[in-house]
Amino acid sequence: MAEEPTPILKMENITKRFPGVLANDHANIEIYPGEVLALLGENGAGKSTLMNVLVGLYRPDEGDIFVRGEHVEIHSPSDAAALGIGMVHQNFMLVPTMTVAENIILGMDGLAFRPDLDKVARRIQEIAEHYNMNVDPYAYIWQLSVGEQQRVEILKLIYRGAEILILDEPTAVLTPQESHELANVLKVMTSEGKSAVFITHKMEEVMEFSHWVRVLRRGRVVDVKKTSETNPQELARLMVGREVLFRLEKEASEPGDVVLELQNVYADNEKGLPALQDVSFTIRQGEILGIAGVAGNGQRQLAEVITGLRKVTGGHIYIQGDEETNHSPLRMIKAGVSHIPADRIGMGAVGDMAVSDNLAMKGYREPPMADGGILHPQLILEFARKMIAAFRIATPSPATHIKFLSGGNIQKAILAREIDACKGLLVAVYPSRGLDVGATESVRKRLLEQRAQGRAVLLISEDLDELITIADRIAVLFEGRVMGIVDSHNADIDALGLMMAGVPKQEAIAETSG
Amino acid sequence: MKQSIWGKILILIGAVVGALLVGALLLLIAGANPLVAYRAMLIGPLSSRYGITEALVKATPLLLVGLGIVIAFRSGILNIGGEGQMVIGALAGSACALALPDLPGILLLPMTLLSSFLAGAVWGGIPGWLKARLSVNEILSTIMLNSIALQLVTFMLRGPLIDPQEIAYGTGFPQTAQLPEQSWLPRLIPRTRLHWGFVVALLLAGLVYVFLWRTSLGYRMRAVGAQKEAARYGGIQVENSLVLAMALSGGFAGLAGMVEVLGIHHRLLDGISAGYGFSGIVAALFGQLHPLGTIPAAILFGALTLGADMMQRAVEVPAAIVLTIQGLVVLFVVGSDVLMRRPDFLKRLLGKRMMPIPEETSQEEVPS
Repeated sequence: MAEEPTPILKMENITKRFPGVLANDHANIEIYPGEVLALLGENGAGKSTLMNVLVGLYRPDEGDIFVRGEHVEIHSPSDAAALGIGMVHQNFMLVPTMTVAENIILGMDGLAFRPDLDKVARRIQEIAEHYNMNVDPYAYIWQLSVGEQQRVEILKLIYRGAEILILDEPTAVLTPQESHELANVLKVMTSEGKSAVFITHKMEEVMEFSHWVRVLRRGRVVDVKKTSETNPQELARLMVGREVLFRLEKEASEPGDVVLELQNVYADNEKGLPALQDVSFTIRQGEILGIAGVAGNGQRQLAEVITGLRKVTGGHIYIQGDEETNHSPLRMIKAGVSHIPADRIGMGAVGDMAVSDNLAMKGYREPPMADGGILHPQLILEFARKMIAAFRIATPSPATHIKFLSGGNIQKAILAREIDACKGLLVAVYPSRGLDVGATESVRKRLLEQRAQGRAVLLISEDLDELITIADRIAVLFEGRVMGIVDSHNADIDALGLMMAGVPKQEAIAETSG
Repeated sequence: MKQSIWGKILILIGAVVGALLVGALLLLIAGANPLVAYRAMLIGPLSSRYGITEALVKATPLLLVGLGIVIAFRSGILNIGGEGQMVIGALAGSACALALPDLPGILLLPMTLLSSFLAGAVWGGIPGWLKARLSVNEILSTIMLNSIALQLVTFMLRGPLIDPQEIAYGTGFPQTAQLPEQSWLPRLIPRTRLHWGFVVALLLAGLVYVFLWRTSLGYRMRAVGAQKEAARYGGIQVENSLVLAMALSGGFAGLAGMVEVLGIHHRLLDGISAGYGFSGIVAALFGQLHPLGTIPAAILFGALTLGADMMQRAVEVPAAIVLTIQGLVVLFVVGSDVLMRRPDFLKRLLGKRMMPIPEETSQEEVPS
């Protein structure tokens, strides 16, 4: 692509803070006509926030936006639309009971009282044919597949004259064929001088769709690469980061009996597609097994099958020698499994209940907290006070609703509860995600403590350094398969990066050592 | 952050005044003097022993239904089926009392109350089960079950359970025979209709509080209501909790129906639910979905209902206008709830109205 002197869009030093979180930290973006820019980053890296700032859904705390060289203020999506900027959100903004044509003109300015829908439909048909998209303007949205609905969203933006399209993880809902069609649409668009921003956390898509890629980490743009001059391994490494925050002392481990064993486990995701395929591994007492991989490669499902929240479609799960395949969450808790979930406030804690009630979530069934079904509020409170002190949870009082605490303190509360209840296996999913340095350090220390006490720990993390520092062995997941398990003390970060991109262990090691 | 109790009362009074101002227009159109009408409505229930006790009589079923609503809503499931559960409970209880006329009161009274509770629990448990196992929308299923219950009771009152005397005299009024006297709820104050059902309802309010906040079962149900996913993660069987919540909720409504029968009418007749199944929801919501908060809320709405009746008699306006004013009061009072929960709301509302003119014109410029 020929570079032109003025970028069609430039975002400078965009900073956006949410309570307790720095979502964007002086992020810069630049895009020229006819280009596709990929924004690559893990969940929570700040990609969507940055784009929501661009379309006026959020106001930035700092920073400037320039469109076609002019400084602009964008207060709302309609401001953005007037500048030719449109966004396809992850959740489509369509009315299911209306037709494609009706949805496309819905809310447009200057419509006639009774719009000529046939004229609209003809225009839609023209645009669709031009981009090789197959859409029936008279179909109702509810009749369409998710991929077709996405096409309607894109058509809507083009119909309204958008020059810059923002696509928020567009392929997450698409089949491979549909992704391919989307790539073609983007090619036609860019050949006409339109531009697109493509949000993703998958390296392959960056390679397929984009001309430039900006990698975001913790709200900052950490690197800018020309897509033709980079490769998935490098991107994977940039995305997960390799900066070392600190070193923790890890004592030599003497693994004991096997606590968790997975044998050829298969499981599906919500859409019925395979999420785990033939996963086998064991974890012993006093051992931390790390699970590395780019988010969305089966980590969540792995944690869920082990904690009883998801059924396996094949294979066996043994805990301390007993078969516990497809047992209820309660059975798994009783079998000795503790779980620090990825979704702190959605799953790990009940936001509208007191800190003390949340801390009681595992112990409320039995003495001392309850006796014959009657709770002992005094003992629950006592337990809460003990945990608040031991784990240094900053809360105004044990009766405060937990949603008012910071992310780090909510995580400490969950950690306190789960570690206290742990009877063998601790499953920790992204336990330090989004936490500041201090909270991260305390989380990691607690995990090592559990290891020293002879518990088995499954640590799912996006942070390779965390895994290398904490874990004894690291298994790499790619598309639901274990690419290989390596010892962390001689793990090579480049080889891990390759495995995260789908290269089997032997090849990855051969390639990086050779 | 939170307002003082006086602030809340002030908001409440403001809401009632607002509703009455709108209602005054209607009264004027109907040719009645609003001042006379409102005097009857507001002062009536408070000015006499009759008024006060009658307000508590009306508060009793409101409170019982409201307690069930508190349990359901706190557990994350909406019970709009109070009407049906009430009449089914009353039907089962009445049938029980009529079937065992010779049992002493000390046995018969608890048995009728228990059977009404169980019948209501089944009627509420059905939509709970449908929701838990088959994801059937509980609003739909409870409303549909209302219709079924009302028809079922009408059928029973015109057929199998009709008072033999009604047949003998050939009048055929759809009601059961009088229930055995030993099953009646005794009067609390002589020469009024206030009965022990009110005390029972108060005790149950305390019990529901203990249940929800002091038992593991209650903890479980609140956790499910506040965050299903987190409850499931914590090892709670969400489905069972939903069924139980609806069964308890229906049970309380069933009990409300039977308490009406045993305390007031002493026989089952058509229309016994009298809309309590719905206004109980209002009382519960207005009581902040707290069992103890529902007590004053139920009494307030009981007094308002009674006051409306008194107004109708005082100024002789059509019943429709009285119902409208009643509706207005509920609407305003429930609407004012947002001011109690979010004290800044009023400021923002006023702030918008008083927004400087340039801002307003700039807003208008955008579409043009």
